[in-house]
Amino acid sequence: MSHAVHSPTRPDVSAQTPALEVRGLGKSFHIGGLFSSQAVRALHRVDLTIGRGEIVALVGESGSGKSTLARCVARLEKPSEGAILLDGVDVLKRDRFQASRTFRSQLQMVFQDPFGSLNPAHRIEHFLRRSLAIHGKGGSGHGSEEQTRGRLEELMTTVGLQADMLDSHPHELSGGQRQRVAIARALAVEPQVILADEPTSMLDVSVRIGVLNLMRKLRDKQGISMLYITHDLASARYLADRTAVMFAGEIVEEGESLDLLANPAHPYTQLLVSAVPDPARAGSYDPVHRAKLRQAVMASTTCAFENDPDQRCSAEEPVRHHVGDPLNRHWVRCHLYRPSAGAGGHALATEPLPEPQPAD
Amino acid sequence: MTVSQTSFGSHEPVLDVKNLTVKYIGDTRSTTAVDDVSFSIGAGEVFGLAGESGCGKSTIANSIMRLLKNPANIAAGSISFGGKDVLAMSQDELRRFRWQDVAMVFQSAMNSLNPVLTIGEQMADIFTTHAGYSRKESLRRAARLLELVRIDPGRLKSYPHQLSGGMRQRAVIAMAVALKPSLLILDEPTTALDVVVQQEIMAQIKDLQRELGFSVLFITHDMSLMVELSHRMAVMYGGRIVETAKAHDIYTTPMHPYTQALMGAFPPLTGPRIALEGLPEGVKFQNIPDLAEVTPGHYVAPFDADAEAAVFEGAAQ
Repeated sequence: MSHAVHSPTRPDVSAQTPALEVRGLGKSFHIGGLFSSQAVRALHRVDLTIGRGEIVALVGESGSGKSTLARCVARLEKPSEGAILLDGVDVLKRDRFQASRTFRSQLQMVFQDPFGSLNPAHRIEHFLRRSLAIHGKGGSGHGSEEQTRGRLEELMTTVGLQADMLDSHPHELSGGQRQRVAIARALAVEPQVILADEPTSMLDVSVRIGVLNLMRKLRDKQGISMLYITHDLASARYLADRTAVMFAGEIVEEGESLDLLANPAHPYTQLLVSAVPDPARAGSYDPVHRAKLRQAVMASTTCAFENDPDQRCSAEEPVRHHVGDPLNRHWVRCHLYRPSAGAGGHALATEPLPEPQPAD
Repeated sequence: MTVSQTSFGSHEPVLDVKNLTVKYIGDTRSTTAVDDVSFSIGAGEVFGLAGESGCGKSTIANSIMRLLKNPANIAAGSISFGGKDVLAMSQDELRRFRWQDVAMVFQSAMNSLNPVLTIGEQMADIFTTHAGYSRKESLRRAARLLELVRIDPGRLKSYPHQLSGGMRQRAVIAMAVALKPSLLILDEPTTALDVVVQQEIMAQIKDLQRELGFSVLFITHDMSLMVELSHRMAVMYGGRIVETAKAHDIYTTPMHPYTQALMGAFPPLTGPRIALEGLPEGVKFQNIPDLAEVTPGHYVAPFDADAEAAVFEGAAQ
């Protein structure tokens, strides 16, 4: 079982236009009644770059804003500020009001729930054929019926399903198989970027790895870039070249996955990494250390780089400190920086703390 | 299946399940959800039951609590708790048995709180109903319980929606141990929670268990979490137990191909990045035989290594 170590390939991203670039993205949700001026800031100044053929994982807990980011990038939500560059083109400027078909053919989404994302009334063939038809990739008018059929079967084989399943209804398929259909549907469009929002969290544990392996295969063979959104650090480490950690609507740390999880620099990342159950270090739970980390996350007073003359700290600007070898592209946001709207609504805030915190 | 299993703590098992078979009877066909399953849990022992959705682990928990309803039917076997036959209990006996002897925390337990009653009212209810304390005394005890799981007793006046998911789950666990049961059944107690909260709750359950000395039947599909918490564990597949041993032995030397696949489904957090396989789509084990002792205390359902390998190959194509 343990063969083929994946060498951390470092595609030379800097030379080319990245597949997807998010600049200063922000999103606020209006709350309260009609005349309320209150808002919840779900995303704040998020910068994220995904190179060609690169898999980037976005990790964080529920409510950290990772799904909001995915929905903004997929243009299911309208971002409040910032720019989304696909292939170097600002798509928010190009298609101002809604996502164009061009955009959809460049970027596709795979959702969390394969039980809800496939219409139970249709056969599998319908989902794939529709993708082909809408985007003119071998549908009616574009090539013969024979070619289309061939393409459908090819798609099924690519995602590891039997071609005869095209005639099945979704309820005849297992969760893993349905998620593969959802991936095939995204692939039919021949996108450059796939956004996968927790694609394995609703699947049985034993088939999760299979779906992750499929995603890696698509990257390796077809060079599709991916944003993999998850709360499972271990799977992020397994699949993604780089991992970004999101906390309270902001990215606080980013780097090569292996390096980031081996040397987490931000207290929140440290908290997350230490909370993952791992029998290899059972019994390592230390409530005192935990309380300190929590305290450091919720009320930052010190930064590990404070005494580093090369890396200036700042409480006003979100300065990025480089961690370790520059090749690992590992940075952490200066921990002295305090965003104006704090993380008060975050789940951690309602947990018991050494110092009383405003709950809710 | 005559398997005498070593248990921790005392020699007298708290819970003894023997040859349990549960069927769901349908109009045209019936399904055997639990098939001839036997295990026992010693005093103060944490016993884990691992397996995927539909393998029958929750059905076992519900049989122990006698919560099964039609069309589920216990077709064979016995469940004895501290020497008493659970399956023969009358409604009155069951009422005492539940909560006082065996308490259960359900998967989405945090949603099982009544939204229109305060936490305090719901907790006090347990004491007034099951222990017959006065309302004032019950509230005092409820406050102590909340302190036990490190929630501010002032929260007694809060409604469930005013607490976070983690706090609600903690409150439910506190309620479960209110009457000091000798067995606590945890059915996926942390699946709906984030990892940081999950770890804190697990640590708290461990502390409570050490303090109050109850036994735990811990049900989850997360093998890493299970190995961390349990003394002994069993892996279920299709209603059968395919392997049972000390948790650490299963972690270091899983023997049944299904256990190996489950273990291989969790990528590690350290070491080099290694390609994992998990369980190939479409692999099915059928007619799983009874367990056989392979090494002392380590029971595995015999399997044909060559045939299984062939199935794996075939499915991976």
